Amino acid sequence: MARTIIPFGPQHPVLPEPIHLKLVVEDEIVKEALPQLGYVHRGLEKLTEIRDFNQMIQIVERVCGICSKIHAMCFCQGVEEMMGIEVPERAKFLRVIWSELHRIHSHLLWLGLYADAFGFESVFMQFWRIREKIMDINEATAGNRVIVSVNVVGGTRADLSPEQCNWILQELDWVEKETKRLQAVMLDDYTVKKRTVGVGVLTREQAYALGAAGPTLRGSGVAQDMRQFKYAAFDKIDFAPVTAPDGDCYSRGKVRFLETLQSVDLVRQAISRMPQGEIATKFKGNPEGELVTRVEQPRGELLYYLKGNGTKFLERVRIRTPTFANIPPLLAMLPGCELADVPVIALSIDPCISCTER
Amino acid sequence: MKTLDTITVTPETVVGEVAKLVTSGWRMITMSCVDLSPEQFEVLYHFDKELAETHLRLTFPKGMAIPSVTPTLFMAVLVENEIKDHFGVCFDGLPLDFDGKLYLEEEVKATPFCKYSTGTKQ
Amino acid sequence: MLKNMIQTSRLKSPWIIHFDCGSCNGCDIEVLACLTPLYDVERFGVVNVGNPKHADVLLVTGTVNHRNKHVLKNIYDQMPNPKLVIAIGACGLSGGVFREAPNVVGGVDKVIPVDVYVPGCPAKPEAIIDAVVAGLGKLAELQKQAAI
Repeated sequence: MARTIIPFGPQHPVLPEPIHLKLVVEDEIVKEALPQLGYVHRGLEKLTEIRDFNQMIQIVERVCGICSKIHAMCFCQGVEEMMGIEVPERAKFLRVIWSELHRIHSHLLWLGLYADAFGFESVFMQFWRIREKIMDINEATAGNRVIVSVNVVGGTRADLSPEQCNWILQELDWVEKETKRLQAVMLDDYTVKKRTVGVGVLTREQAYALGAAGPTLRGSGVAQDMRQFKYAAFDKIDFAPVTAPDGDCYSRGKVRFLETLQSVDLVRQAISRMPQGEIATKFKGNPEGELVTRVEQPRGELLYYLKGNGTKFLERVRIRTPTFANIPPLLAMLPGCELADVPVIALSIDPCISCTER
Repeated sequence: MKTLDTITVTPETVVGEVAKLVTSGWRMITMSCVDLSPEQFEVLYHFDKELAETHLRLTFPKGMAIPSVTPTLFMAVLVENEIKDHFGVCFDGLPLDFDGKLYLEEEVKATPFCKYSTGTKQ
Repeated sequence: MLKNMIQTSRLKSPWIIHFDCGSCNGCDIEVLACLTPLYDVERFGVVNVGNPKHADVLLVTGTVNHRNKHVLKNIYDQMPNPKLVIAIGACGLSGGVFREAPNVVGGVDKVIPVDVYVPGCPAKPEAIIDAVVAGLGKLAELQKQAAI
């Protein structure tokens, strides 16, 4: 059988972002996949030479708009640890609230796109309808819909009033109710299962060896979540990672679906246990030394390597984003699948290309 | 001042050390390259095992090619290509080599992340 | 008569294509949010298509870099005349916060002519819908010129 190379992307209807995959196919079966990146590369780690560490927060937020809050939180935690700043308790809880809200909106967004990829457009619309509530919460509490920019070194920039907390809880009740209504479609529907069960299988060993992160790793049965690290206020919140055993697209979808509901619960816990007090610590000086910080993004584990030299400009900021780690597993999932399944499999790792390339 | 606890390795021992960690169940997270001085690069290998971290530190003179760990650990392929793009570090025995064109086109200045000087690109 | 019909429908139901040029996703998801139930531009006849040859309006988000500028130019050239280009977000306008990054060319207008600029980081869905409506005026003009 002759081999044909089919280009997938960079401009493709199912992908909101440009990534190019060269698919070597034999008949309808994919034999090999080669990635071609660089369509979103900006090189923003380099900007640390002309932006000081406070300005870098704005830059790292724009590594990825969908999980901007979590990027900024990771960066701030690193700088705080380097400078020995103690963050007020209330700020830690506020960080958890906003980061879990971001996780909910990111997962709802992905569930929608995923439904669209296997041709279920009305479910796409439903998930995005629910997601708008979270955008409203972001806009009402932080002033912007997508890039909330609430983190500063030493704490947070904004606070939540008791009325706002009550309102958030009410809105989340609605979000939870509406999301649960779609559970039957995403997890039990015959057609959806036909498109996802057994497609793009990544075994537990493969996932571990290839360095998969986040729901891609947990969807293969490895219970690893950076929130077990108890960063921010997670030491005072009950949390256990969600896993699914099979390693196929269905498992990854299930993990994300259940995490959405779990995050609603985490926000509730954080609001109920949040103490009163300051929201930011004043500090002096510049960061010095080097360290690695890790937090959990909606897509997986995010690693920042920071190196300071005692000036206000950090010497090196290295960002390892989860999608960057999930591309080798994607290349392992694709061989052997049918060409029509490629969009579903490619989406099942929740690709965020602007994260990958920075 | 915070410092990172690292195991220092040399270009000769790095592949062996990585293989040793992998067989004892460590999972590679990523590698970071730092432009230390006009003469030296540093590459850090970050590993994780049940939330514990360990790091290998490899310091080497510019212009020297270091051995690739990709044959031992396939997940390093993109990381090594990225470092080659950004810093011009050459990896010996790198399968699937994008040759410095993973992200960059011809018209961009080679090795844009180098602070002190341009590394040699072979 | 057919010509008349095409001219009216082009303005009443513009088909858009969205290309992410290197944005942080913030503007992209706002473009997609325009299509979803809360904003729902499809009720005005705006349809998102995947093929540049079907489209009248090109929405571009994000900074241009050296690799995707060829793709952007290609998509622009494939679109039939008259066509409209809308640059969305601070990055699409000038490069935004990434202006000084090593692999950034700058705004979209460095590569293709832009008709409408939408500021904001990220631009709000309301602003994007407004921009498409504002652009339709220009599309009508272009259409008239082409007819003569």
